[in-house]
Amino acid sequence: MKILVCMKQVPQKDAPLKLNESGTWIREDVSYEVNEPDAYALEEALRQKEKHTGEVVVITAGPARSQQVLREGLAKGADRAIHLEDNGFVGLDAFNMAKAFVAAIKDEKFDLIFTGLQSDDYGYAQTGVIMAELMGWPHATIIMEIQKTESGIRVKRELEDGWFQHVEMPLPALLTIQSGINKLRYATLLGIKQAKNKPLRKVTMDEVKSALGENLQKIEKLYVPQKTKKTEMLDGTPGEVAKKLVDKLRNEIRVM
Amino acid sequence: MADTILVIAEQREGKLNRVSLETIAAAQAIAAETGTTVEAAVFGSGIAGIAQEVAGKKLARVYAIESPKLAKYEPDGVVAALKAFIQQKKPSLVLMPHTYQVRDFAPQLATALERTLISDATGFHKDGGKLVFTRQMFQGKFAADVSFACPAPHFVTFQAGSFRGDKAEAGASPAAVETVNAQITDGVVRNQPEDPFKEAKQAVDLTQAEIIVSVGRGIKEQKNIELAKALADALGGEIAASRPICDSGWLPMDRQIGSSGQTVSPKLYLAVGISGAIQHIVGMKGARSIIAINKDAEAPIFEIADFGVVGNLFDIVPALTEEVKKAKAGS
Repeated sequence: MKILVCMKQVPQKDAPLKLNESGTWIREDVSYEVNEPDAYALEEALRQKEKHTGEVVVITAGPARSQQVLREGLAKGADRAIHLEDNGFVGLDAFNMAKAFVAAIKDEKFDLIFTGLQSDDYGYAQTGVIMAELMGWPHATIIMEIQKTESGIRVKRELEDGWFQHVEMPLPALLTIQSGINKLRYATLLGIKQAKNKPLRKVTMDEVKSALGENLQKIEKLYVPQKTKKTEMLDGTPGEVAKKLVDKLRNEIRVM
Repeated sequence: MADTILVIAEQREGKLNRVSLETIAAAQAIAAETGTTVEAAVFGSGIAGIAQEVAGKKLARVYAIESPKLAKYEPDGVVAALKAFIQQKKPSLVLMPHTYQVRDFAPQLATALERTLISDATGFHKDGGKLVFTRQMFQGKFAADVSFACPAPHFVTFQAGSFRGDKAEAGASPAAVETVNAQITDGVVRNQPEDPFKEAKQAVDLTQAEIIVSVGRGIKEQKNIELAKALADALGGEIAASRPICDSGWLPMDRQIGSSGQTVSPKLYLAVGISGAIQHIVGMKGARSIIAINKDAEAPIFEIADFGVVGNLFDIVPALTEEVKKAKAGS
């Protein structure tokens, strides 16, 4: 099976984020990491390839720094990478981002495309589903298991409140992968070494521009959310804080 | 219907998903500010009863979009039915709850109409003449005001809990219900869904717990879970966790709180090393009191906590456990 994995570089989970001066985006001088569900998507692609043979290709869009997620993907076992390299890709809405990816892979023939179920930055949870519709492929979201069948695949979708559902699908298909579908592997030293010699195709904004349009939705401003609750902060040594908390548990929350 | 807001209510297995009432409340609030009317639609097979239930709310009209092909949810049939319906009725705004089912078809629907979906919104306001929607970004660390930059219809999904379902206004008399027989051509539907199922029955029902001590990534290692367990034991509460902890197998999946786990509203929710990603918050924001202990003063969990402690949980949690034990022994 030939599998494409869409990966995204997002700010590290505990990185302190600051707004830029115009309040339209974050200041980019932060540490980045692979969007967590995308790491699971990659792992699942590698496992499918190990079971059924084939090829795993990783793709991302963003400035030079985002190449790191492709390097990590290659080090873990992906065969090659595609980098849509331009800072302009960061500001695209999900519709145009999906169009850019579809344009970049128009000469490829994949059996499956995986994305993480959503990103930790925008959190749209849409790009994969939009790609599927643009390509005329079926899709299924929030996937926890993938089995190959004679005619296609059978996947396990996570529903809410502990419910699941199996779905039979033809190929090619697009799946959005849920965190926890598998156990992540680490890159080996050998893998990291080999990654340096694996092919990485760069795609410029100019190459895909004709496929893109104006953004259909616009972020007017980004800001620190207003508190909906008044939080009483308690400080002191651990012993002092513990005493204050017990007082609250007893006299205000009344659970002791 | 150009100045109409259409709410797409959700039913699963023949029952109205109550979160749809929140979406109706949202639509009524937007309509009050923009002078629009609100209609609702339900899709499925044999859903007249659900349409009637929805029609009890203050709505101009309710559509029951019926087809035997919509009996089991899958996205292609739903998109075909709703696309045709929306093209005919031309609503200006289409609102849905941000459920897993909606997440599965709504981006496809918007794309099929060459439009866009503002997903997981938590509120709206009017900015000049423009309707602006608020949504969380960067895991709740920031909020964004987002507007549409394309012609109608505009699609929005609302996060659960953003509006109060019990505030959805009832109508003076039931709204008219109109049945629409959806035409879904053979071959449109590609996926074959099987019946939903539950994995091994849940061992613990956290929804009944009065006190929950919940751990997140900040706990760092599996063995440290014991610290939180000791605190839960001292308080007489249950231990729970955010998704990454259960993904790692440090606690069983049935201890998970959040959109993919259990939704709880205990008297006390004590969040230890939990940053407060949206997917977690939706599962616990109904708690009567929330205490958060986290090393990061900017963690979104502090936005909703009643009491907050910024510091090292490895020092604070054992101290608190001891203090609770001491207090209980003394009383």
